Amino acid sequence: MHRMARKTGENIKDLLFERTTGAFAFLVLFLATLLFAVLLRESLPALRKFGAAFLVTGTWDPVLEKFGALPFIYGTLVSSFLAILIALPLSVGAAIFIDEFAPPWMKTPVSFLAELLAAIPSVIYGLWGIFVLVPVLRDWFMKPVTKFLGWVPLFKGPVYGPSMLAAGVLLAIMIVPFILSVSREVLATVPQRQKEAVLSLGGTRWEMLRIVIGQHCIPGIFGATILGLGRALGETMAVTMVIGNRPEAILSLFQPGYSMAAVIANEFTEAVGDVYLSSLVLIGLILFAMTLAVNLAAKWILTKMVARASRGI
Amino acid sequence: MTTISFRRKAADRVMKWIFYLCAFLVILPLFLIFFDLLIKGAKELKLTLLVDLPRPVGEPGGGIANGIVGTLVITLMTMLWSVPTAVMCGIYLAEYGKGRFASAVRFAADTMTGVPSIIMGIFGYILLVLPMKRFSAWAGAAALSMIFIPVVVRTTEEMLRTVPMTVREAALALGIARWKTTLRITVRTAWPGILTGILLAMARILGETAPLLFTTLGNQFWQSRLDQPMAAVPLQVFTYAISPYEDWHDKAWAGALVLITMVLVINIAARVLTRQKR
Repeated sequence: MHRMARKTGENIKDLLFERTTGAFAFLVLFLATLLFAVLLRESLPALRKFGAAFLVTGTWDPVLEKFGALPFIYGTLVSSFLAILIALPLSVGAAIFIDEFAPPWMKTPVSFLAELLAAIPSVIYGLWGIFVLVPVLRDWFMKPVTKFLGWVPLFKGPVYGPSMLAAGVLLAIMIVPFILSVSREVLATVPQRQKEAVLSLGGTRWEMLRIVIGQHCIPGIFGATILGLGRALGETMAVTMVIGNRPEAILSLFQPGYSMAAVIANEFTEAVGDVYLSSLVLIGLILFAMTLAVNLAAKWILTKMVARASRGI
Repeated sequence: MTTISFRRKAADRVMKWIFYLCAFLVILPLFLIFFDLLIKGAKELKLTLLVDLPRPVGEPGGGIANGIVGTLVITLMTMLWSVPTAVMCGIYLAEYGKGRFASAVRFAADTMTGVPSIIMGIFGYILLVLPMKRFSAWAGAAALSMIFIPVVVRTTEEMLRTVPMTVREAALALGIARWKTTLRITVRTAWPGILTGILLAMARILGETAPLLFTTLGNQFWQSRLDQPMAAVPLQVFTYAISPYEDWHDKAWAGALVLITMVLVINIAARVLTRQKR
């Protein structure tokens, strides 16, 4: 009898514990929903006023209350793609180095150092960008290039320093650790016996890598890249500090640009008037949607990749 | 005996050096950044930096003491309610989390980890700054917890899943109630991993700047009230860096050095902790 009673008591406690943890889980779900609802509600006025034209309009005039997000979307996309272009080959190469070529004593320190890059606060990247990277890029890269290739639209001057290129390079440094670590995970899914098979047939290390990676890793590395893109799209401080903050969509990478996150960071506290504030929140909502889509795509690709690896194909 | 042709061998060599170069180029910025932080930050790194209030442009001296305290206060405020929330949610997902509700929670947490931090700033602004009609430490903590919670939820769940089922079964077979098994055995076994996750997330929110821009806003003075604007080191680094004044630039570097020290100490502590327990 006594035992029975105790057992029921514990059952109630069990149920209580499950419900309590469940309540916290609900809270997390609620917060995510609230975030979305808040963004949606506050962006409605701008959405009503400008509609889909908001995405393709280039004017940004707080005085006349005419707003369009095109320069910011353009700047975000161009700086992020530039970052991917630089970071992807470097991080995949470094991942291959760590897994295949590095002497054993080097593996841990190199990957530790690369991971440390992810721990540096973005405001410090921005600070370093303003005072070190931008002057170096300006004097050693942009100026010589405009001198000889100034007629190419992508490299048109005049050179100020803060530019789409500076943002792209800085973003590249920041997303390297993410692409690197996912690439390493992807490389690890290659079955050892396949590598050995190529080597035993007399292939060189590089030929082995080319074959095996070509067969196994392309989708995974693509997923890693998309994940890096997701990071780059929303990065705020570093980009705000080096991109130049000029609300125009200009083709030249050496010209100042603007990004969605940067315009929110710069203008949010000054946004007087409902339409102005609402337009900034709408930019936030678009950014939210973009990063969500990109992250879901990356996750989908990587899950498929892991599933395939576990089936041993 | 045929040997590998010269061309194939050369390609192999060249690619090997390209991979070496990639690794070098990946690590190089880290050294450059640390080098510049040390050189340029050390100039202003005096005791006054850590104990004095900021001073106006042109006045020598002054420090970022209020920012250091502010950063610690805001971080603690965030963690005070975020740690239990996130850990409990993680326990739910790992121990009871089957079905649609759990996958919805998981999806929500995953989504939140991908949301740019500046958007969490908008969230804090609309939810707390607008109704309260002032910038406050509370709003900053709210924004930061939106970053902190989802990360810790997922690491907690992952760490709990690494605890073998047999451990739970053994405890249950001894007649220990399930909630006690979860708390005293499962969670305790996974605790070093969970703590590592908490510390890494803490290091991350310590350096977050964007969510604080329009929630806590920053402050030039001491602030003991949590419903008022509060200083934070990342905000000070930002303000000083984009200012046109030379002596404020020095302050920005010094502040950055203080900030990176705090972040790295926590980061390394977290890593050491994991290594010892495994």
